[in-house]
Amino acid sequence: MEKHLHCKEFVNTISSYVDGDLSEELCEELDKHLSECDDCRIVVNTLKKTIDIYHKQAEQDKAPDDVKDRLFYRLNLENFKK
Amino acid sequence: MINDEVEPLNLKKLQSGDQEELTKMVQQYSDSIYRVALRMLNNSAEAEDVLQETFIKALRSIENFEGRSSLSTWLYRIAVNEALMVIRKQKPEVTLIQDDFSDVENDGISVSQIVDWCCLPEPEFLSNETRIKLNEAIQKLSDNLRSVFILRDIEGLSIHETAQVLDLTETNVKTRLLRARMKLREELSIYFSDRLMEN
Repeated sequence: MEKHLHCKEFVNTISSYVDGDLSEELCEELDKHLSECDDCRIVVNTLKKTIDIYHKQAEQDKAPDDVKDRLFYRLNLENFKK
Repeated sequence: MINDEVEPLNLKKLQSGDQEELTKMVQQYSDSIYRVALRMLNNSAEAEDVLQETFIKALRSIENFEGRSSLSTWLYRIAVNEALMVIRKQKPEVTLIQDDFSDVENDGISVSQIVDWCCLPEPEFLSNETRIKLNEAIQKLSDNLRSVFILRDIEGLSIHETAQVLDLTETNVKTRLLRARMKLREELSIYFSDRLMEN
């Protein structure tokens, strides 16, 4: 895939592309490339999914209750914790 | 990933040492700070130390907080610096080698895995096995790349906020983010390709 100039250009801008952080003109150019290149389409979809999985998995992560209890104790704020 | 819908904090009360308001601040931000520390260090005891040190320092210095950044950005900054100090104590030799250029300007971005694994069933992505794999993959990143990815893609900070926390230019954040994301995509593609064959 990297032998094609367009694919290389795409990879260098892929992160800004998934963030919607590119000019309209460049975005249209990359959309056109994506419609013609199966490999880059797979890369962009799997990249979006990678970010999405990390974000979703982290949503479940909270500091355990005993960790929070010790934190409030250390800060002398345990009496104010609801 | 700080919940923006919670009640806004009163900075004047925080700075005057109002304990109820300080408690609210700790309650609002402790999950995020712990999560960042745990991802940075991959060790729950060290993450707890960083959590405590972050809020001890914050409570000590909040009267000097000038509001040039948001409170959350300020807290993240303290936490990331605390975590980096722990890492540097453990691996001083790595810190010397890992300057700003080592992640940003070396070899090109590798794209070797071209497998579409997005069609796997959703529970695959949220399983405990996947969670372990995600953690392994993120720990393989350098500290410079890992901190950018955690703040931007896990905690959901903007590029501007991430740059503020890490004291980097926005261009530098974007470059590191690209490299971090692509490295993780490669790692996960290898893992999920195997899962695809098993399904």
